[in-house]
Parts: sequence; C-alpha cells; structure tokens
Amino acid sequence: MAQRAGAIGGPVASGAVFVLILAALVAVTSKADWPVRFDASDWAVLRFTVWQAVLSAVLSVAFAIPVARALARRRFAGRGALVTLLGAPFILPVIVAVLGILTVFGRAGWISQTLGNFGLPPISIYGLQGVVLAHVFFNMPLATRLILQGWQAIPAEQYRLVGQLGLPARTVFQTLEWPMLRQVVPGALALIFVICLTSFAVALTLGGGPRATTIELAIYQAFRFDFDLGRAAILSLLQLVVAGTAAALALWILPPLVLQSGLDRPLVRWDARGLTHRLLDAGWIGAAALFLLLPLGAVAVSGAIGLGQMPSSVWAATWTSTWVAVLSTVLLVVMALPVAAWLGQSAKGSAEAITLLGLAASPLMIGTGWFILIYPVANPQSFALPVTAMVNAMMALPFAVRILVPGMRQSFADYGRLSRALGVKGFAMWRIVLLPRIRPRLGFAAGLGAAMSVGDLGVVTLFADPEVATLPLQMYRLMGSYRTEAASGAALLLLALALGLFWVCDNWGRHAER
Amino acid sequence: MKYLMTTAAVLCASAAWAETPVLKVYTYDSFVSDWGPGPAVEAAFEETCGCDLQFVGAGDGAALLARLKLEGARSEADVVLGLDTNLIAAAKETGLFATHSVTADYTLPVTWADDTFVPFDWGYFAFVHNTDMTPPANFRALADSDLQIAIQDPRSSTPGLGLLMWVKAAYGDEAPAIWADLSDNVLTVTKGWSESYGLFLEGEADMVLSYTTSPAYHLIAEEDASKAAAPFDEGHYMQIEVAGKLASTQVPDLADQFLAFMVTDGFQSIIPTTNWMYPAVTPAGGLPEGFETLITPEKSLLLSPEESASVRDAALDEWLNALAR
Amino acid sequence: MLSVEELIIEQGDFILRADFEIEAGARVAVLGPSGAGKSTLLGAIGGYVPLAKGRVVVNARDVSGAPPDQRDIAMLFQDGNLFPHLTLAQNVGLGLRPALRLTKAETAQVREALARVGLAGFEHRKPGDVSGGQQSRAALARMLIQARPLMLLDEPFSALGPALRSEMLELTSEVARDAGATVIMITHDPKDAERASDQIVFVDAGQAHAPRAVADIMADPPEALRAYLGV
Repeated sequence: MAQRAGAIGGPVASGAVFVLILAALVAVTSKADWPVRFDASDWAVLRFTVWQAVLSAVLSVAFAIPVARALARRRFAGRGALVTLLGAPFILPVIVAVLGILTVFGRAGWISQTLGNFGLPPISIYGLQGVVLAHVFFNMPLATRLILQGWQAIPAEQYRLVGQLGLPARTVFQTLEWPMLRQVVPGALALIFVICLTSFAVALTLGGGPRATTIELAIYQAFRFDFDLGRAAILSLLQLVVAGTAAALALWILPPLVLQSGLDRPLVRWDARGLTHRLLDAGWIGAAALFLLLPLGAVAVSGAIGLGQMPSSVWAATWTSTWVAVLSTVLLVVMALPVAAWLGQSAKGSAEAITLLGLAASPLMIGTGWFILIYPVANPQSFALPVTAMVNAMMALPFAVRILVPGMRQSFADYGRLSRALGVKGFAMWRIVLLPRIRPRLGFAAGLGAAMSVGDLGVVTLFADPEVATLPLQMYRLMGSYRTEAASGAALLLLALALGLFWVCDNWGRHAER
Repeated sequence: MKYLMTTAAVLCASAAWAETPVLKVYTYDSFVSDWGPGPAVEAAFEETCGCDLQFVGAGDGAALLARLKLEGARSEADVVLGLDTNLIAAAKETGLFATHSVTADYTLPVTWADDTFVPFDWGYFAFVHNTDMTPPANFRALADSDLQIAIQDPRSSTPGLGLLMWVKAAYGDEAPAIWADLSDNVLTVTKGWSESYGLFLEGEADMVLSYTTSPAYHLIAEEDASKAAAPFDEGHYMQIEVAGKLASTQVPDLADQFLAFMVTDGFQSIIPTTNWMYPAVTPAGGLPEGFETLITPEKSLLLSPEESASVRDAALDEWLNALAR
Repeated sequence: MLSVEELIIEQGDFILRADFEIEAGARVAVLGPSGAGKSTLLGAIGGYVPLAKGRVVVNARDVSGAPPDQRDIAMLFQDGNLFPHLTLAQNVGLGLRPALRLTKAETAQVREALARVGLAGFEHRKPGDVSGGQQSRAALARMLIQARPLMLLDEPFSALGPALRSEMLELTSEVARDAGATVIMITHDPKDAERASDQIVFVDAGQAHAPRAVADIMADPPEALRAYLGV
C-alpha cells in the first residue's frame, strides 16, 4: 500500500493551500499594531454574514434538487446547452450579474414594469431578499450541476431494476435518490455557504446599504479606510474559522458510503413516466431556465450593443485572461487530482476542509499578505499574473475537489481491488484507471476552474500592471471611466470566453470514449 | 542562439535605460488606463524631460495610500499622484512625503497653500439625474421626496466618503438627522462608483452620487444632453486631487520637474476630457466646449485635511447608525 | 505448492483458522455454508485480507506481507473483474503489462488468448457491450496470459446459467492446464466441485479443513458437510 495514488501529492497540495493562506495572514499580522479593535458591532456583522450565507446555501440547494432531478430524468433538445449554461452565472463578474439581475428583478426591471402595467407596485429587491436572490442566481446552477452528477453516478443497472419492478417515484426517491442526496448535499451546502460567506459587493448592493455589511466588507474597511492591519487579520481569521467550522460540520454529517458499481451502460430511465411527473419536471426545468437565462439574456443584449465600441486594449486583455486561465487551470488540475485521490481513499474529509479555506480566505488579505512577502525581494508587479493564476487555482480548488472526490471514491471502491490484483499502480494507475474513470468530472472541474479564473477580478487589482490587464479588470476600468456600453461589450466577451473555455473542458470530459 | 540574442537585446535595452533617468509615479488605476490622462501625460512630459516616466496603477486613492504605507520608505515611487484632500492628513502622517516649491495661478474655488501636495484637478460632488425630472434643491428636499438615490459606501469608495463629508460640512451636528431622513431615499449603497453609476444608467436609481462634471462626458463623448447635475443650495463638497514627492526619491530634481510640469498647460489641458474633472489651472485655451453647460455651485464646501481627519470616524458612525436601521 | 501455516484471520468477532497444504497442479474446491469464511480465506491467500497470525507460502516463498500482484497468484472475483472503460484486449493486456505498454508480440499474445477463450474478433469491444458469459471468458483470457502458478476463483461464474457455468468451469480447467497452474475455487454447488476439482477444502465454524480427495469426502462426509449438503 506504499504507492497509494495521491498519498504524497494530496497532503502536499492541501498543505500548500494552508501555507499560502497562513503566510499571507502572518505577513499581514507582522505589520499590525496591537491591540486590535473588535466590538459588539462586529458580532452583528458576523451574524448577518452567517445568516445570509446559510439562507443562500439552503435555498440554492433546495431549488437545485428538483431541477437536477428533472434534468436527470428527462432528455430534450437543448438539454446539453442548458447544462453548459448552468455554469454561466457563477463566472460572471459580480457587477455584470447584479446589473443583469436588476434588469429583470429591479425597481425598473421587467417584472416591476409588467406589474406596473396592471397598476401594481414594483417588487422590492433591495434587502435580505435581494442578497439571497442574487446568491441563489449565482450558486443554484452550481448546486444543480453537483447534484446532477450525483444522480448520474447512480448505476444504470439500478434504474433498470426500478423499471423492472415498476417502482413508483416515491420509492425510487427513498431507495436510490435519498441515499445519494445525503452524500452530495452536505458538501454542496458547505461549498455554497463558504462562497456566500465572502460575499461583499453583491451583499452590499442588493442588501440596500450598511445593514448588509459582511465580514469581507469589514476587512476591506480595515485595510483601506482604517489601515488597521491587525483588525484585517483578525477579521480574516474569523472568516476562516466560520468557514472551517461549516466545512467540518458538513463533512462530519456525511454518512458512510455504500457504493454500487455498474458497467457504464447508457442511462435509460424507466421511472416517473406519468404525466404529472413529466409536467412537474418540465415546470422545474422551465422555471430554472427562465430564472437563469433572463438575466443572462439582459447581459447579452446590452453587451451586443457595446461590442463595437470596445477599444483594442480589450482584445489584449482577452488574450491575457486566456493564458492566465490556462495557467491557473493547469495548476488547479495538478493540485486537485492528488488531493481528490487522497480524499477518495480516506474515510474522513478533513483535507477537504482545508481546500474550502482557500475559498474563505479574503482575496484582499491574500493579496496584501503576498504583496508584503514579495515586496522586499522583488517587484510585486512582475508577479501580478502568476499570483493571480495561483490564487484563482486556489479559489477553484474546493470546487474541483468536491467534484472529483465522489468519482475517485467510486473508482477506488470499484476497481481498487482489481488494480491491486493486476499490479496497476503509480502513474499507470492514473493513466489506465483513475483518469478515464473520472474524466467527465475532471472536464467539468477544469472547465469551472478556467471559467472562474476568467471571471475573477481577484487579487490582480492590488498588483495591477498598467501594461497587462485581465479582461475583468479592463471591464471595470471601462466602467469606471463612463464607458458603460463598451464595458457591457467587454462583459459579453468575458462571458463568451468563460463559457467557451468551460465548454471546451466540459465537452472533453463528457465525450469520454465509450 | 535565439535565446542568446534575446538576452543580448534585453541587456542592451536595460543598458540604454540606465542612461535615461526613470521617474516612477504611483497613481490610481483609471488614471493610467488607455482612455485616462496617463498615456497623453507620459508623452507630453517625456518630450521635454529626457527621462522615462513610468506610471504604476494601484486601485483608487485609498488603495494607493495603503500601498504606500505597506512599502514604506523603501518604496520605488518618486511621486504619488491621485490622493485627495480627505487623505492628505493620513498621507502626511506617514512622514514619507517631502515638501515642494511649486507655485501656480490656481483656478480652484479655494486658496491652496499646502507645502507638501500640489493640486492637479478638482471637482464638485453632485447628484446626477436625467433631465426629464425636476431635481430637489437640497438634501432636505431630497429627503422629503420619493426619489431613490444610489450612493457609494464611504468605507470602500472615495466619492462615498466625499458624500459623508458633504453632509457633515453642510449640516454639522444636524448631519445624523439628515441621514435619518434620507435613509428611505437611499435605494442602495454600492462598493464603488462604477456600480452606482451603472444602476443609475440602467434606470434603477433616479439620481446617483457623482460629480458636477459627469454630464460633460455624456455631452462631449456621447453627444447626449440628457444628463444633468442637481445644484444643491447648501453648497457642494469639493474633491481636490493632489500629487506629492516622496522624501526617499533618488531623482528629487526630476520629481520637482514633474510637479512643476503638472500645473502647466501641457498637463492641465489633458485633464478635462480624460479625467472628466476641472483642471487645477485653467489652460490658456480655456475649458473644452460643453463644460460651460455644467452647473456652478453657489457655495463650495471643503473641510481642511485636519478637520476631515478628525470628523471622519464619527461621521462614519453617524452614517452607519442612520442607514443600518 | 501452497502452504497455509497456522493462519488466523480476525474480522471483528469473526475468527477463521486454516492450516493446510496444496500440491502443485491440484484443482481444489472450497465448499461451505454462507458466511463460513470462504471468501475471507481466498482473500487472505490472495493478499486482500490482513493476517492476524500465520504465513502464506507459495512455491516455498513466504508471501504473507507481499502485495497481491507480487504473490504469483491470479484471482477472479465475484464481480468487477474488468474495467468497463477499457476494451477487452486492454483488459487482457493488463495481465501482461500493468502499465499497458505492449510490444507487438505481446499484442499478438493477447489476441491469441482471446481467441483461445472463443473471443476472436472481440478485441475492441468493451465489457458493457458483451454478454456476461463473454465477460467471464475475457477475464479467463487474462488469467491465461498472466500465467501465474496459482489461480484463485471467488465464484466468478455464479451469475451464469448452469450450462454456461459448467462451460466456464471446463474452460477454467483447460486454461489452468495450459498454464500449468494450481486452482482453488469457491463454489456452492457440490456438483461443480465434483465435476471440476480433485480435492475439497471444507470451511465451517471458523475452521478451514485440510483438503481431501473429492471421492473420499463425498463417500464419507463429516457431520457439518452432511448438514450443508442436506443428505
């Protein structure tokens, strides 16, 4: 058992994430003045932050379950495209998505206007409801994809059995789907909770003001308004502790696995053939599609108008963003594979908690910390893009790990013994057994990582080099200098680039040779 | 072989650079963007200085100061350009800046006598609206109206902090009451100016906190006269943007030369249609056509850097208390 | 050929003891009631189940601590003997080269092995596309090519019909003869045991008894075996 896949790489990669965050935190702390202010209003901030994150995570997952179930049960024209588009909201720059959401749900949005035509008052989006709505818009599609994967991991043989026995949907749910959900849902909840925990611009804008102050905003304030690095470090630590606790809780309640294996037969569903079920599924898919596609459509329409007005620098930025995305995706895969293999063989998920910390760490804290570390030895500006790629990879790591681990676990359960019998190990184990088995998941994870990297403004602003800007940075610059239409064009380009990279990777995965 | 040649080329290039003195200017990000003043300023200064002017962008004014604090006395910066009056006190406190001897015939609405910082442009904060409505005449009228405004968070945005100072300068101890009355008019608070302005252009907000010069952009660059700034009769708070020389610079003469160049026509004529602010010294050719349509506040409000620094934290608490309810 | 020396396996409350030898070329059936520990015994010999005490010696070499692939043993399990994403040829090829980098000669060898079990022309099919019997044949082809002196079979054919199953047992015997291998197989069916083996190891009540000739043991079954057989 000396050569377990990921036995060395897994702890090394997880440890690297830990060190990366810790180093930044220590660097920031080293410049701090003590003692640090921390008072009752901070607890109120913490309460709001956690509450909105809990609501957002629970609702995202609650809506994702019926949508994923419907998508798993049905085959229809455009299903593949819809599944791809599910990745879109997640990678949109915050401001673009918020404007898209407001075009539909805002005070002057389509829904309010329609209501106005009937003499009804506009809907009010600003407040907790707006924060949660936006977070559901961002994360429900992601949850849907994660849960859909769970559904697709139920072997075709079992559905064949279901069809043969003519089991009603209720029984199918109890015997096949519920055990799967108990496996998938806690992880998805933890992931979305942590994403929403670090929300700042969305929470503030749609929350309607300082009522909606999150920890991340407090960190921002500590850095730039108060320049109180000690406070920034303490708040960052608080954020990490909350995220870590959530992750540990979720992983702790994960039930022990009972895995079944199949023979990779194409999935044909025999259950839920009744009209009611079909209508219900159609309803869920339709509602989800509308909810996601309307704001995306708004982004696309306003972007199409601005495409012609984009200065040439946007194209240079597109190129920069592309190679940063490629670099960060390679880094992501190199880190995620050993971690996932390592976790896929262990019963406890403690390392997954570490990867979640990568997402919970404030980008501003990481950026500032590494600025402090790099500055004495080199010009931070020349590290802007590598650091960006590294941080992007780190942010995407928990997603990739969450996506890959169930596949790894299944592969080891199904084929670990056979591999040992045949002496397939080391690199051959990866090449012959693991990579082919997890290819669809790897494609999805890499695609998501690439798309996230394209969409993320991240730490690059701190290190910004005027000569080399990423696409989101260039978009913000356009927006910051009144060029709103050109910025919309750049946003559309960004969306297209992110979706394009996502599609290339995801498609590679889904078209595993059979 | 190819690598050798590349290496040789790089070495030659750096050797050639070494002969030309380099002036590093830290500034906010939008100053150096393609459509900001940066490229034109660089070309104009390099024509006469026999030097290499390098701009380094870092977020906005507050991020700029934070970066300077992180770098301390070892900073490579020779000049920092883009702090405003609200940041001057904190900037001086770092002890990183040297005094200057630049004098100019400033066309600022206030007299300028700071020995550390040189102003390069200025503007008034104002609420921008579409011309199809009648704007309120002051904060009280705004509070009484049903109008919805988009503003920026003072904790993360320079104009947001400007608004805080505006209300404080105009109303003093009454500021908390004004904020309480305004709270139902605040549609939302955003992280930065871009988000608010986006909300306004989308039609979400009736008015947005911006500058009196904002309508000039729409008029001149887009030939769109539908935007205007609302004149408030209690006066408008000013933003004066300044630059200063770092004490640690290796090229103090060049830095002085740059600061002096900054208040000449060569620099000042670039400002109005790239930074969309008023130049600190009106150039000989006057302001571009279109600027005459902008409102001119009857009264200019500005807290001194010391006052601004001393009321800042209390004003923020008042604002938070009024809006967080 | 194989000696199992004072073996003790502990799994929770369950304890299995074994102490016996098997001669080269023997065909041994392992019989016993469900849950008696037949699979555990084979797993221990194969290297999948840790030993609490004792040794497993194959061809005079103590393999007790060796990983499964370094014990000179080939094994087929109840299920999951093939990788569904690999072709039958690749699955068989793994028996020669666990890294699947086959020479031309080895590729030909794989083809021959597949032909030997009646799967000529099926090289590029995947397990999901062929019948259960054909899957079993492919797994046997790999055993053939592995050419290990000891073959362990943990009821790999239990899902097949009686006719197909006896065909497979026949094929197994042929493969073992070709490879000159010793065979130990678990079975439920005394008829299978009589048909395809010379000796029987009876496992019951935490004890694996030493092998006895089929004719002997069937003529005079011990009490526990009598109960199991229902005679």
